[in-house]
Amino acid sequence: MRIPCPICGERDRREFYYKGAAVALDRPGPDAGEAAWDAYVYLRENPAGRTRELWYHEGGCGAWLVVTRDTVSHEIFGAELAGEADV
Amino acid sequence: MRFSGLRVLWEGLTGNRGWEPHWRDPAPKSEYDVVIIGGGGHGLSTAYYLAREHGITNVAVLEKGYLGGGNVGRNTTIVRANYGLPGNSEFYSHSLKLWEGLEQELNYNVMMSQRGVLNLFHSDGQRDAFARRGNAMVNQGDDAILLDREGVRRLVPYLDFDNARFPVHGGLFHPRGGTARHDAVAWGYARGADRRGVDLIQNCEVTGIDIENGRVRGVQTTRGAIRAGKVGIVVAGRSSQVAAMAGMRLPIESHVLQAFVTEGLKPVIDHVVTFGMGHFYISQSDKGGLVFGGDIDMYASYAARGNLPAVEHVMEAGMTLMPMIGKARVLRSWGGIMDMSPDGSPIIDRTDVEGLYLNCGWNYGGFKAVPASGHCFAHLMATDRYHEAATGFRLDRFRTGYGIIDEEGTGAQHNLH
Ligand SMILES: Cc1cc2nc3c(=O)[nH]c(=O)nc-3n(C[C@H](O)[C@H](O)[C@H](O)COP(=O)(O)OP(=O)(O)OC[C@H]3O[C@@H](n4cnc5c(N)ncnc54)[C@H](O)[C@@H]3O)c2cc1C
Ligand SMILES: [Zn+2]
Repeated sequence: MRIPCPICGERDRREFYYKGAAVALDRPGPDAGEAAWDAYVYLRENPAGRTRELWYHEGGCGAWLVVTRDTVSHEIFGAELAGEADV
Repeated sequence: MRFSGLRVLWEGLTGNRGWEPHWRDPAPKSEYDVVIIGGGGHGLSTAYYLAREHGITNVAVLEKGYLGGGNVGRNTTIVRANYGLPGNSEFYSHSLKLWEGLEQELNYNVMMSQRGVLNLFHSDGQRDAFARRGNAMVNQGDDAILLDREGVRRLVPYLDFDNARFPVHGGLFHPRGGTARHDAVAWGYARGADRRGVDLIQNCEVTGIDIENGRVRGVQTTRGAIRAGKVGIVVAGRSSQVAAMAGMRLPIESHVLQAFVTEGLKPVIDHVVTFGMGHFYISQSDKGGLVFGGDIDMYASYAARGNLPAVEHVMEAGMTLMPMIGKARVLRSWGGIMDMSPDGSPIIDRTDVEGLYLNCGWNYGGFKAVPASGHCFAHLMATDRYHEAATGFRLDRFRTGYGIIDEEGTGAQHNLH
């Protein structure tokens, strides 16, 4: 897999650390309650197909990216900076 | 048909004409007392013990592909009871005891081979952790021997003991651990369940779960609707999709784990050897192939194949530990879809839907669990009580934070196991 980093260009998957579903961008407030925190930390849609996830360009520019990827074909459709992505 | 040495001899002398199919190929009935979704190791063993222990024989196992085509036929066959935490310890201990009687129980040769599992350590800290784990295993009634460097050398002289990065300081040896023939385990349970009246229905994908007033009524499948009093979801890597049919989101992420086998060689590796620091483990099959693997590819995946970085990583670790395997040629590699849970431990529980039960979260270690998982899940489905060996595998432990079973001690988070 090669991930197109908006800053560095297309790079080998090995340069990136995988965080998981992009749900991590949507952190609930401290008093949002048990269900909201359960959904945020643990529950996952875990789709077989297109998904948005967080990858960190550890071996490159150090940016957090939202990568759109297919979990069945491993095809990568695009990547954007997490700070600019819609949650 | 009973298997015996005499029978093998007789069939060999008479042209092998007397063997029969090991199970029927029935059409699905319109209604069952219990429907099990998923014909992997855990689904088949659940059906077997429902019939065997609880006399519930009006049961169907619905499998979307063929029996044993999932992870149960893709794993590296390691069986062990070397866990350190309550919740896991008693469960895997129970499983290993079931393994030890399995061939007689099933009248089926699952090629159970207690060749011993050796976990290597490379630092003082790791040795302390292994000593603690070994004590936990002994307390549980299982066996563990802490070996120093010379002790390890006597067992496996072929390691690179003086590796600059990971010198071998010793190992934790678990003599009762070993390997079993994975397909035969699926087939043995399938045959045992079938003989007790369970319908094993292949090429039958569950596409929906029918729920009325909070109670499960049956399932929709590619071979028609089937009513059921109780339904068990036992679909490993596909757990999230099937649970979604009942409106549930699970604390599960699916990841690919790869494995590899070389051409057949003369006996050279007599045990299961694990090199945790390098993410590598190996054993030798009875056919002679070196069977080895490492860690998951580390990103969510439903592709039953992996990517090259993990392949290289595993090969490098293997060469680091035992340079002698460098000349063996790799024949095949493959992948299976693992149901990864946040704390690395499984779920055997009820759901909020009455009559709907869930068995998942086996991560990369569910093969050794096949007997106990089926045994305990059947107990839960039949009696609505947790089996004493599986009281810890609650679904709500993540929401409540109570009873997390984080064996690796890395924290209960999706990308850490
Ligand atoms: C490479 C590799 C190495 C491993 N090594 C080990 C090891 O050494 N030791 C160990 O203990 N564990 C190991 N494991 C883990 C172990 O194989 C799994 O945890 C275990 O097999 C999972 O349970 P199962 O056998 O029931 O899964 P599976 O065999 O995957 O069964 C699930 C079944 O459900 C079916 N299914 C899915 N969706 C549907 C549907 N909608 N309708 C009907 N059927 C459906 C699937 O087709 C599949 O047959 C390894 C796994 C892999 C991939
Ligand atoms: Zn970058």
